Amino acid sequence: MTEGYEMPERRFSCPCNLWSGPLMADTIETLKTPLHALHVARGAKMVPFAGYEMPLHYAPGILKEHLHTRAAAGLFDVSHMGQAFLSGREPARALERLTPADFAGLKEGMQRYGLLLNDQGTIKDDFMASRLAGEAALYMVVNAGTKEQDFAYIAERLKGKATLAPQRERALLALQGPKSARVLARHAREAASLSFMKVARMHVAGVPAIVSRSGYTGEDGFEISIEAGDAELLARALLAEPEVLPIGLGARDSLRLEAGLCLYGHDIDETTDPVEANLAWSIAKRRKLEKNFPAAEKIMDRLFNGTARKRVGIRPDGRAPAREGTQIADKTGRVVGRITSGGFSPTLNAPIAMGYVETGLAEDGTEIDLIVRDKPMPAHVAPMPFVPHRYKRAAKVGVVGS
Amino acid sequence: MSELRFTEQHEWVRIDGDVATVGISKYAAEQLGDVVYVELPEPGRKVGQGGEAAVVESVKAASEVYAPIGGEVTDANPALAGDPASVNADPEGEGWFFKMKGVNAAELAKLMTSAQYAEYVKGL
Repeated sequence: MTEGYEMPERRFSCPCNLWSGPLMADTIETLKTPLHALHVARGAKMVPFAGYEMPLHYAPGILKEHLHTRAAAGLFDVSHMGQAFLSGREPARALERLTPADFAGLKEGMQRYGLLLNDQGTIKDDFMASRLAGEAALYMVVNAGTKEQDFAYIAERLKGKATLAPQRERALLALQGPKSARVLARHAREAASLSFMKVARMHVAGVPAIVSRSGYTGEDGFEISIEAGDAELLARALLAEPEVLPIGLGARDSLRLEAGLCLYGHDIDETTDPVEANLAWSIAKRRKLEKNFPAAEKIMDRLFNGTARKRVGIRPDGRAPAREGTQIADKTGRVVGRITSGGFSPTLNAPIAMGYVETGLAEDGTEIDLIVRDKPMPAHVAPMPFVPHRYKRAAKVGVVGS
Repeated sequence: MSELRFTEQHEWVRIDGDVATVGISKYAAEQLGDVVYVELPEPGRKVGQGGEAAVVESVKAASEVYAPIGGEVTDANPALAGDPASVNADPEGEGWFFKMKGVNAAELAKLMTSAQYAEYVKGL
C-alpha cells in the first residue's frame, strides 16, 4: 500500500493539503516552536510544515481531535505564524497601501481580516491586524509559510511611512471550541468580556498576553500571543483544564475547511484575486470609493463585471473524498475547474471540498463531476460554511435607543 | 487457518484452502489514522501480484492498496462501506478488504512472515 495521490514521496506522514507554503528549500534545519518539547512529550506525530516541525496529531488522532474541538475546547500551537508590530505616524493608513480592507477606521480594541495584495491585485497573503487600546502600532498576524516574504514586502513598500518589527520571540496559542470561554475565564477574567474580533492586553495565568476573540475553526475561541519563554507555562495551565485537549495541524485543517475558510497557498495565492476568491467582503466601502489599493481599477472592474471563475463549496454525493488538485467537470465532461482543498468532514461524516469553477457553474446546487482516479464522481456546488460558525458576536445595539 | 503474510507496502494475505483474504496491516492502519472510505475491487476482476486493487482513504490522505499475490476477486468486504472505521478497529480480522480465488501459492514466497514483518516495521 502506498500513499499515492498528492505527494507519493512522503508516505503516511503528510496530509498533503496542509502546506501553507513551500518548505524553505535552502534551510536544512527545521525550526521549532517554544512548545516543541511539550508536543513530543504529549506523544504528537511531528511533521515538517512551513519550515517548522509541527504536531500533525496526538494519540487520539485527527478525527477525535476535530470532534473534541467542536464539542469542548482544543489548544493549538500556532507559534509558527508571523507576528509583527507596524508602527509609524499613521501605520493603518500606511498598511492600506497594500490592502483593500479598512484599517484606518478600525476602532481601538478591534481586530480585522485583510488581504495583502501585490501590484497585480492578486493575493500575497491573508492576515489579521489589531488596534490595541492606547497603542499607536498595529499588531499583525500573517501566515507561517509566507511570513518572511510578507515582512520583507511590507517593510520595503512602506519604507519611510511605517516600520515593521517582526516579533520572532513571541509564541501564539489558539484555544478554540464552545468551552474555550469558560476555560480561559479561569485564567483571565477579562477574556470573557471580549466579543468576536475584539482584542486586548491582559494577563493569562499570570503571563502578559495579547488576547483576541478569534480563530480559524469556525468556533468561538481565542488567540493568545505571549513571549516565547511563557508559552509552555501557559500551555500547561490550559491543558490542565479538563475540557482541553491539544490539537494538531490535521484537525486544524479539517476544522477550517468545514468553516469554509481559505488556506493560503491552496485556496488563495498569487494567481487568485479577492473577487474570484469570494473575499470581496474584505474590501471596505470607503476603499472602493478611494480606489487607492493595489490594482484598484482592475479589482473594481471585476467587482462590477464579474470574474471568469469563483471559489465555491462542493459536496461529493458519495463517500469518497476528493483531494486537492482533483479536476472538476460539467455534466458533458468538460473540465470547468479544480479542487483547492478537499477532505472528509468529521462533523458531517461526509466528504467536503472547495475549489474554483467557471462562474456559470457557481450557483449552489449545480451538478458537477469530480474526476477521482479517472472516474467522474457526482457532486454538487454547496453553500459554505459547511458547518455553521458559532462566533460570540457582540449583541446588536437596537435602533430604538439610538 | 494459515498465518498472515505481509508485503513491504503493508498489505497482508491469508490463504484458507483455495481462498486468499487480503487487508492492510495494523501498522498501516495506525499510520493512516481514521479510515473514512474504502474503494474495493469488483468481484470478477483479475489482478496480478503487486497490481492496484483498492484505495483506502483516511482523514489524512488517499493510499493505494496492491494485491499481495495475483488472483481473481470473489468478494469485497460489504461491511467496509457502512463502517470503514472497522479497518482501524480490527485491520487484520474484521477489517479485511477482499477475497480472491485462483491464486498461485508460490507467490507467497516473496512475502514476509509475521515475525519478518515485525522486524521490517521496526526499521521504518
